[in-house]
This record gives sequence, structure tokens and C-alpha cells, in this order.
Amino acid sequence: MPSLPPIRPQDEARARALKTGEGEHGFDAPTEETNASALFDYALRLGDDALILGQRLGEWTGRCPSVEVDLSIANFALDLVGQATYFLGYAGKVEGKGRDGDALAFHRDVLDYRNCLLVEQPNGDFAQTMARQLLFSTWQKMLFERLVISSDALIASVAAKAVKEVAYHEELAAEWVVRLGDGTEESHRRMADGIAWNWRFVPELFDRDEIDSAITSQGIGADVASFREAYDARIGAVLAEATLDRPTDQRPILGGRRGHHSEHLGHILSEMQFLPRAYPDAKW
Amino acid sequence: MVGAAVPADDGARLWAVLESVPDPELPVLSIVDLGIVRSADARSRRVAITPTYTGCPATQVIQASVRAALDGAGFADVEIVTELAPAWTSDWISAGGREKLRAYGIASPTSRGVRAALCPQCGSPDTVEVSRFGSTPCKAQWRCTACAEPFDLFKCH
Repeated sequence: MPSLPPIRPQDEARARALKTGEGEHGFDAPTEETNASALFDYALRLGDDALILGQRLGEWTGRCPSVEVDLSIANFALDLVGQATYFLGYAGKVEGKGRDGDALAFHRDVLDYRNCLLVEQPNGDFAQTMARQLLFSTWQKMLFERLVISSDALIASVAAKAVKEVAYHEELAAEWVVRLGDGTEESHRRMADGIAWNWRFVPELFDRDEIDSAITSQGIGADVASFREAYDARIGAVLAEATLDRPTDQRPILGGRRGHHSEHLGHILSEMQFLPRAYPDAKW
Repeated sequence: MVGAAVPADDGARLWAVLESVPDPELPVLSIVDLGIVRSADARSRRVAITPTYTGCPATQVIQASVRAALDGAGFADVEIVTELAPAWTSDWISAGGREKLRAYGIASPTSRGVRAALCPQCGSPDTVEVSRFGSTPCKAQWRCTACAEPFDLFKCH
């Protein structure tokens, strides 16, 4: 079994800077090698975020508190897997080694996945799932709003399409956070726990490394720092309406973008990839 | 045959074939009513279609149905291309398409940003949203408080 990649000193430093808000927190300098593969990596990040969250949400199908919620979550998952199909298909094309979207989804192992840690976290109860959805969809919507003007035609057109879908996700998640937060004593406690559980994975969404640097300088990607303030304001407003306190910042956890995942991702993949791995030539 | 003259009415016939292809989820509508067909050119032998939603499972079925309809009508050499940009919007549903939807029991989206719907059964504006998501990615569930009938609303997108 391959061992996990080591935690690099620069990641440690970045985590410290993110927590204190001090120090030099910016881009790593891009190298020529990273420029060459940056678009592939960036498309993987966009695709893996969508694929893993889509798969996670699929676990709720048939188990939601009501049929309306069941439909909503299944639709979120459908939208996200649709986004993943485009981004991973594109990543395969950019890579140019004959891998298509399915090959990237079903025949990559944990260490090669590039999703953020937030999307692979367990569903927990319904409150924890909706808390994760709010934190992720708010970020994804702001990102896609900026990717609409990407210099990369495929990324721009998928973002333009998906941003309208993600707006629905963000809105519905915010409504549930408010409804449960400002609900009964128990629903309030559960939503507070759900937000608290997911909170430590938010800083990673705003982390920037050499891939971001290369991709942003080419006008392909969006600088996540440009909407950090807007994100904090929006989440703050939803939490306030939900009568929830903003959790205190803990030490941020990073690593997903480099393949350094939590134990949860392996379990997701073992289920998601079972069929294509057991029967590699299976066709519908 | 390269360089062969295209009959003058071929363009109209091509559109007529496309108008005969129903949407798999909303069989009362053709893909032309829905605004999925972005262009159809008999001269360049090319039809461009656009997906409605990124994850819409109907997209592949539509592609296959268009292929079958074109092949059956002697347009086997017409190529189908998928265009992502500009992104499809519910504004592209034709006026005729909206009327067909209403007769079928599905309300059409109203003005952008306004969450309201006219009951397709009795026409009343006294309606409430039951669920923002429905049986397909494009629909939400609503209920009329005047006639008490539930109905689907085609989401504004």
C-alpha cells in the first residue's frame, strides 16, 4: 500500500498563516513544469469537487426526511455529476493520454484525486449535510461567477451553465440552515454541530498554490482570494439569520488538492469504483 | 456527393424533421419548441444542439433521437454537434412551446427573479411552491390554492 505523501514544510507554514491571518500567504512561484500540467490539474480539481460531492449526496437518495428533500438532494447530485462529466472529460483531453472522463473517475486512486477535503466529509445527519452544502455551494457559486469570463472556452461555458444550477443549491442550503438553526432547541443544536464539524475545511477552499498561480496568470482560473470577503459576508449573514454563532477558527486542514485526503475518500471510491474495477469492460 | 446542389427546400425539410423529435421527458414539446436546436444548416450539413442542464440525462437520449430522425429522413450525412455556449436558458422556450406546456399541465417560468406561477388548470395566480425540485432537473412542484390542484412548474433557468 502506498504511503500518504508527507506534509510539506510549506503546507505547515501556509496553515499557520491562514489561521492567524498573518505572514506571507500568497502564491507559490510557478515553475515551467507546473505551467505545462496546470490546466490538467485545475480541470481535475473542478471535476473532482463536483464528482465526490455528487457521490456523497447520492447516499441520501431514498433516506431523506421527506420526499421533497429527497428530490432536491438527488437533483443536486445530478447537477454535480453533470459538471464532473464535463470537467473530467476535458481534463482527459488536456492530458492527451487517451483517458476519458470515465477512466479518470473510475480508475484513479485516492492519491490522484484533487478534490477539496470538505466535499468528502461524511454526510452525518441532515443538518451536517446542509451545513456542508451551504459552505461549499456558496464558494462554488462565487467561483463559477468568475469562471464565466475564463479565457478557456470550455471552462467558461460549463461555468456559465452550472452557475445557474449552483445558485439553486446555495439558496436551498441557506434556507435549511436558517430553518434548522432558527428552529427548535434540538434542530438548533444539530445545525450548530453541523457547521462546527465542517468549519475547519473552509480555509482550504481559499488556499492558493502554484497551480492556482499558473492558471490565474493565464486568465483561465479565478483568484479565490478575490471573493473571500464576499464569502465571509454571505456566510455570516446566513448564520446570523439562523441565530447561529460563527465558530471559532481552528487550525485549518489542507492537502486535498495534492492528494492528501482524509480516510473518508477511500471508502467513497471503493463503493463508487467497484463495478468498473471488477468488470473493466462492462457496458450498459 | 461533394459539390452536389442542395435542393432549395432542404433547409425547411431539415427543420421539419427536427420539429418531429419530441423531448423525452416532455413528449408534448419538440426539441425545437424547447430551444435545444441552436442551428440547422442544410448547406453545411450541420445541426447544433445544446444541453438544457449539465446533468440532464435526457441529453444523450435527445442526441440519439435526432440521429435516428435525421437518418430516417435521408439526412444521414448531417452532422450533429453539441454547443455549450451560449448556455441554454428557459427564455428560449417558444411561445408555442409554452402554450403546449400549459395544455399539458405544466406552468411556464414567469419573469426572471420572480417566484410566481399561474395555475395551468384554472389560471389562478394564487399558487404556492411545494418543492423547488421535482421529477426532472427542469421542474419544481407547485400547488394552486384556488383549485387545490398540484402542478409542475418549468423552472426559470
